[in-house]
Amino acid sequence: MEFLQPAFVFLTAAVLAVPIAKRLGLGSVLGYLIAGVIIGPVLGIVGAESEDIKHFAEFGVVMMLFLVGLELQPSMLWRMRAQLVGLGGMQVAVTALLLAGGGMALGVGWRISLATGIILSLSSTAIVLQTLNEKGLMKTPGGKSSFSVLLCQDIAVIPMIALLPLLAVADATGTDDGHGAHHSLLEGLPGYLQALIIVGVIAAIIVGGHYLLRPAFRFIASSRLREIFTAAALLLVIAIALAMNLVGLSPALGTFLAGVVLSSSEYRHELESDIDPFKGLLLGLFFITVGAGIDFNLLFGKPAIIFGLTFGVMAVKFIILAVLGKMFKLSGGDYWLFALGLAQAGEFGFVLLGFARTSAVMPAEPAALLSLVVALSMLLTPALFILHEKVIAPRMAGTGDREADVIDETGSIVIAGIGRFGQIINRILTTNGFKSVVLDHDSDLIEMIRKVGYKTYYGDATRPDLLHAAGIGEAKLFIAALDDRERQTQVVHHVAREYPDCRIIARAFDRHHVYELQNAGAHEVVRELFESSLDAGRRALVSLGMHPYHAERKAQAFRKHDFKTLAALKAAWDEAGADHKYLDQTRDHARELERVMSVEAEQHHDTTSRGWTPPPKGDALV
Amino acid sequence: MTQRKILVLFAHPQFSRSVANARIAREARDLDGVTFIDLYAAYPRFEIDVDLEQERLKAHDLILFQHPLYWYSTPSIMKEWQDLVLEYGFAYGADGHALDGKYFLNAITTGGAEQAFTRRGYQHFHIRELLTPLEQTATLCRMHYLPPYVLYAAGHAVEENRLEPHAEGYRRLLIALRDNRLNIEAAMKVKTLNGHLDELIEGAY
Ligand SMILES: Cc1cc2nc3c(=O)[nH]c(=O)nc-3n(C[C@H](O)[C@H](O)[C@H](O)COP(=O)(O)O)c2cc1C
Repeated sequence: MEFLQPAFVFLTAAVLAVPIAKRLGLGSVLGYLIAGVIIGPVLGIVGAESEDIKHFAEFGVVMMLFLVGLELQPSMLWRMRAQLVGLGGMQVAVTALLLAGGGMALGVGWRISLATGIILSLSSTAIVLQTLNEKGLMKTPGGKSSFSVLLCQDIAVIPMIALLPLLAVADATGTDDGHGAHHSLLEGLPGYLQALIIVGVIAAIIVGGHYLLRPAFRFIASSRLREIFTAAALLLVIAIALAMNLVGLSPALGTFLAGVVLSSSEYRHELESDIDPFKGLLLGLFFITVGAGIDFNLLFGKPAIIFGLTFGVMAVKFIILAVLGKMFKLSGGDYWLFALGLAQAGEFGFVLLGFARTSAVMPAEPAALLSLVVALSMLLTPALFILHEKVIAPRMAGTGDREADVIDETGSIVIAGIGRFGQIINRILTTNGFKSVVLDHDSDLIEMIRKVGYKTYYGDATRPDLLHAAGIGEAKLFIAALDDRERQTQVVHHVAREYPDCRIIARAFDRHHVYELQNAGAHEVVRELFESSLDAGRRALVSLGMHPYHAERKAQAFRKHDFKTLAALKAAWDEAGADHKYLDQTRDHARELERVMSVEAEQHHDTTSRGWTPPPKGDALV
Repeated sequence: MTQRKILVLFAHPQFSRSVANARIAREARDLDGVTFIDLYAAYPRFEIDVDLEQERLKAHDLILFQHPLYWYSTPSIMKEWQDLVLEYGFAYGADGHALDGKYFLNAITTGGAEQAFTRRGYQHFHIRELLTPLEQTATLCRMHYLPPYVLYAAGHAVEENRLEPHAEGYRRLLIALRDNRLNIEAAMKVKTLNGHLDELIEGAY
């Protein structure tokens, strides 16, 4: 049980520091770093052992890339290609080269300079995306451009991990870097065979991911055991990492590919929400160890150099972003958001730094120094966002008439449940050009609906994390169409409470369920069988000889009366459920309905079934 | 005298494709003292709430039908509305006095040009002749029928720069009617209100 003590220390630090950091608007990454600083340099509770933990925690990066891959449908990548390659690619390349040039001008060797440039060219995906989301800026041109650059950087990490060792001074030896490039099974083999096997493994991931994993996941899902699905997801990531290690490739690349392959599968959101907590914890742990490793003696020893470097790096990044922003026609507040928001170095910088250290590209001292620069630049980021929000954006705000809101085309609707009820809703929405994300926990049903060509995802829609992964946070509309009464109420309750801006339309089983759903926060409630039963009743009247239009009017009068009753009885039901007072009122309304429907009513100008009544014969005017 | 309360009943079955009426309606939508009801939006299934509509009529002093001319009449929901809401005993008949003394007005757009609505034009009748069913409906309900406010050849109004002035005129007309600044006596003498706003509205601005 010796792991209990360090686990206690790390978790306590995280649990205390992260929520406070978030409250202060610093974001979780900085929270972890601060937690690490506190238990490391400040209190001295953890020491050298945190280096071992760090290597273990680096696996979080492999998971993160699996998740990045899952987010990237090939079609989306294709749509974003201009921004990704142009804007993102230029940002990475130009920043890396300019910073490397700066390093050399300061008299650093070209290898270390180039490695430094590469490492510092990255920005903080975690901080920036989180901030943009929190401030609701993701859909603005500035937010979208920032996202493209971050995405490009995340992908660029893979070749960077592959290329960094090539910068090693001597041929790399000895140290295990957790990425395993040196235990390759292929070592003794001739070059062409090595190449063949590598291509084979990658092909196996792509083909296997496409044709084998989905049936396998379907089989596992049909067992309806949540933890087994989670286990399978973890197994997948670990197995791929192992396979990549065996052939001497980056595990991050392998899991990233597997993620992309699975991104268009129905298990995408489920996998995402299963792996996400592990990734979050491991990355958190990783950042804590980075914080714990921060060398304060260095900071206080050479403050001028370190702060000078930090501001210098951020200035260079800012200028490059500003130029690119102009080239890609960003303007006003968007332009500043883009240039200021991405000017920091990022968490992947820590990963690459650790990697550069272990593959003997970078000696310990500059690595420690750069760690400080990265951390400081991240610490300054919230201040830059505040500068943008409070000073720049208000001045840039354009005038002009505001048009009515148009529902965004992507994923603005989440549908829970794709049974007979949800299917119709989904079809009418998608055929009208709206994009929906559909969740259901019946894997056979999903398989069938996918064959028809609709995007559907496996998962229990009552789970908050899954709803979140499906994009409920940005959704304008939530359709609750589950076939389970209690869970239906539960999910409506959750969405109404957590996402008050999202409109909710819910399927009800019966009248009492209507009240339950209304009280849970649904904006509109539709009884699943009411309209169809009413229609059958109308047809029955026609079959018995009633004129079709007359029957239609009868059905309309019935509907109107029924809705009126439904609304009128809610107060009594809310008070005491189906007690005798409620039942009395129900009986009254039933009698009223009889009167409304009766034949005499029509002849006596009754208020509910009148219409097209000619003037009486005796009236002088007519 | 106090202000008049105006009820604009608006009908266009394809609002998203409307050019003329959509633009003109914008002027009435949030004008103080004007209640704007889009009938197709209120009753997408044509299930008109007769009681509600009658209450609305009672609460206003001037009833305005705004619509495109469809087969020399209103779009169908407005006809349904008339058939159901203008009941015997409410709007007409010995005991039907709910609408007595109110004003009634059409604001319409047409496909045909002004010169087509003449004896020798292809529409053969003047617009006032074609609107006589509505005029007589108002009269039977003991309302005062005001001359219509017409945008002819609505399909060419944008390129001929007629839509904007017409919409602005609509706003002026509504405000003048609301504030009692339209010379009703003189207005009753013209064939259509369009083209006469300057002389009919008192207290120029
Ligand atoms: C079903 C229908 C019937 C029409 N009948 C007439 C008509 O009788 N006389 C006429 O001048 N225009 C007629 N039109 C043309 C419309 O009046 C014209 O398209 C409309 O005023 C344009 O206004 P909007 O841009 O708001 O749709 C008719 C159009 C439709 C669709």
